[in-house]
Amino acid sequence: MTDTVVRTRKPAAQGAPKGVGRLPRAAVHHPWWFALPAIVVFAGFFLVPNLLNFYYPFTNWSSYHADIAFTGLDNFQTIAEDGSLLRAIRTTLVYALLAALFQNGFGLVLALLLEDDSRFNRFFRAVFFLPVLISALATGYVFQALLDQDGAVNSVLGTDIPWLGSTTWTLVIVTLIHGWKWMGLSMLIYLAGLKGIPGEMLEAAKCDGAGPWRTFWSVRWPMLAPAVTFNVTTALIGSMNTFDIVQATTGGGPAASTEVFNIYMFRVFGQGLYAQASTMSLVLFLIVVALAIPLVFGLRRREQLL
Amino acid sequence: MTIAALAVGVPLWLVAVTSAKPQAEAIKPNLDLPRQWQPASNYADAVSQGEMLRGFLNSLLVVVPSVVLVLILGAGAAWVFARRTSKLVSAAYALCISGLLLPPAVITIVMELRQLGLSNTRPGMIAVYTGMYLSTSIFFMTGFIRAIPMELEEAARMDGASPSRIFWRIVLPLLRPVIATATIMVMLYAWSDIFYAFFVLGGGDRATLPLNLYQVASAQLYLNNWHLVFAYVVVMSLPMVAVFLVGQRKIVSGITSGAVK
Repeated sequence: MTDTVVRTRKPAAQGAPKGVGRLPRAAVHHPWWFALPAIVVFAGFFLVPNLLNFYYPFTNWSSYHADIAFTGLDNFQTIAEDGSLLRAIRTTLVYALLAALFQNGFGLVLALLLEDDSRFNRFFRAVFFLPVLISALATGYVFQALLDQDGAVNSVLGTDIPWLGSTTWTLVIVTLIHGWKWMGLSMLIYLAGLKGIPGEMLEAAKCDGAGPWRTFWSVRWPMLAPAVTFNVTTALIGSMNTFDIVQATTGGGPAASTEVFNIYMFRVFGQGLYAQASTMSLVLFLIVVALAIPLVFGLRRREQLL
Repeated sequence: MTIAALAVGVPLWLVAVTSAKPQAEAIKPNLDLPRQWQPASNYADAVSQGEMLRGFLNSLLVVVPSVVLVLILGAGAAWVFARRTSKLVSAAYALCISGLLLPPAVITIVMELRQLGLSNTRPGMIAVYTGMYLSTSIFFMTGFIRAIPMELEEAARMDGASPSRIFWRIVLPLLRPVIATATIMVMLYAWSDIFYAFFVLGGGDRATLPLNLYQVASAQLYLNNWHLVFAYVVVMSLPMVAVFLVGQRKIVSGITSGAVK
């Protein structure tokens, strides 16, 4: 089919003067069938499951029923009444906010410290990228060993603090670990942003008598806007999908105080309550959409304003 | 700077020393050097008790095909998305990169795979990873291709090259830096993934390295096998560190042109 398209359109494109008939030419030179396999796989294994996810939460699908029947809002009612819905929403949002804050804060500071291309800096950039390369599960175990009551931190400090045992502070500590693991990636992207600032601009600022602070706020920070957009969006939205670090450090505890969406799904799916897990998955999806759209548009507009 | 160096150094040091300690010393993990060095036997135990070789092979068998598919399918789509301009193209592009933000519906993926007869299989896992990470590669590659001058393609077209020839001979080679970036990003996610692997593969014969590590570490509730866990962590991380060191410069330039534009 593509062949006939090529043959019928080629003469027209060649005969036409330059710049005319852009669309047919595009069809010849960049045919759709290069994109089709990707679109099919993406649709089949990403979009379709997400669409199905609008159906199964309203059923009684579980390992206890042979067939799947429609049950309306039962699942939503169950998770709302046992408190896991609100708790998971709150925990996940707090987690995402703090994780994004730590990851970007650490990343930006590192990028500014290691900006100049010296051998020393290049070495340390690689060092700070190492945690990114270590799996999140492994990172979780490392910090469990560090922060355990019998662990390394207490043995160095000579204290006996249950770092991972507080229903209030453990969530914060876990987000710090998340920030630690991913700061190298943020650093790299901020570095890329800093490198993209033209040298003349910085020199001009210097000539106008701007100090380092002034240069940062008036020149560098605005020029970093695209990097900020990318980093903040991926960190905030990505950390709503967190699982490994929390599972390895606390497993959702103590007293479910770190039970984010994915931990809940993992636990409930393990119990065979598939529809209930799928309900939580739908709620996560809706919250991400509700958050992502204003976030992306807001940050984009900010890029234009700065 | 020293504080920052400590922040990375201490955890890595802990991993290194603990993985060389005998079990009795490792029960309470601390930063001391091992009194008795036994790295070799720890790593040997991790291999024999933790099914490490099987896990390694299983990981390779799902991660490598996923990465190759993500790169080739992603490059084809990115080329079309970057070069064509129409409402339909922008819509398809927006849809295809929506996976950057939207969470995969992991529970219904299990359901779908069951109906397709792909649950608990490697092809199923590969399809899920490919579907999930295509967005990343398409996003990075489209940004990169837009920055490549069209003249390079036009020159080849003058010589009578077909679209496929241009794609394989010109576009793909030019994409090398961003391919390095996409490779490491996708490898990183897929190599260390446990969440999706748990739902799609489960435990058993096809368990990947992270699933094995999870099992070793969960068993430690009763055994306190920190020395084995950390031997595992080292072996699991080394391939990623090696890939990064090999492709380092290209990865950085790929991120520069992909994410920040």
